[in-house]
Amino acid sequence: MNLSRRDALVLAMGGVAASMVPFAAMASAADDAIAAFTGGAETSADGIKLDAPEIAENGNGVPVGVDAPGAVSIVIFATGNPTPAVVTFNFGPAAGSQSASTRIRLSKTQDVVAVAKMADGSFKRASATVKVTIGGCGG
Amino acid sequence: MADNVKPRVKVPKSAKSGEVITIKCLITHPMESGQRKDKDGNVIPRSIINRLTCDLNGQNVIDVTLEAAISTNPYFEFTAKVDAAGDFQFTWYDDDGSVYKETKAIAVA
Repeated sequence: MNLSRRDALVLAMGGVAASMVPFAAMASAADDAIAAFTGGAETSADGIKLDAPEIAENGNGVPVGVDAPGAVSIVIFATGNPTPAVVTFNFGPAAGSQSASTRIRLSKTQDVVAVAKMADGSFKRASATVKVTIGGCGG
Repeated sequence: MADNVKPRVKVPKSAKSGEVITIKCLITHPMESGQRKDKDGNVIPRSIINRLTCDLNGQNVIDVTLEAAISTNPYFEFTAKVDAAGDFQFTWYDDDGSVYKETKAIAVA
């Protein structure tokens, strides 16, 4: 097969583009999951607090907490995990405050995003970057 | 049903009427994520607890949907407002259909 200079260039660029696809697809998986929850609505940053450590030595048990007074439900997303959704808290009438905490798995260094749906239908969003030394997805 | 599943819940014995209390609950469970592989390279199937609910006297406190990214032995901390004495009912739902239940009574002083 005779490759002209132009063909070679096109092939090389195609290769680069193809190798970038998985990364882009993963980033958008988190965005898609967030958009599916908010319905594409605008999010504001005030009135929601996300507690996450700056550095987590072990990604198998990263303590995170959320607090969003007046929220109906709060969803936590891990943007770099194979499945971005982590946990959904739905608060009932007997809840004392709209806050909760748990321990989550993070596969690598990434942003953790909390999105709260408020009683009036608006959305609030907070995020934090967590550095992970040992990933928590096995493999 | 996963082995050795044991719920452990911490609720104060009593509270004042209208007081907001903190509840801590943990259940021993492997929470197999479905991402790991065994020695032969086969994917270990997902087996997690996918839902936790807490009710006080029939009124919902919190309803949590768990995904595979929740750690082994899922631990949750949340608050509840106690208006009258009664029972906290905790229910965990496993992927395999098992349901684990725990009840804690609270008195109003």
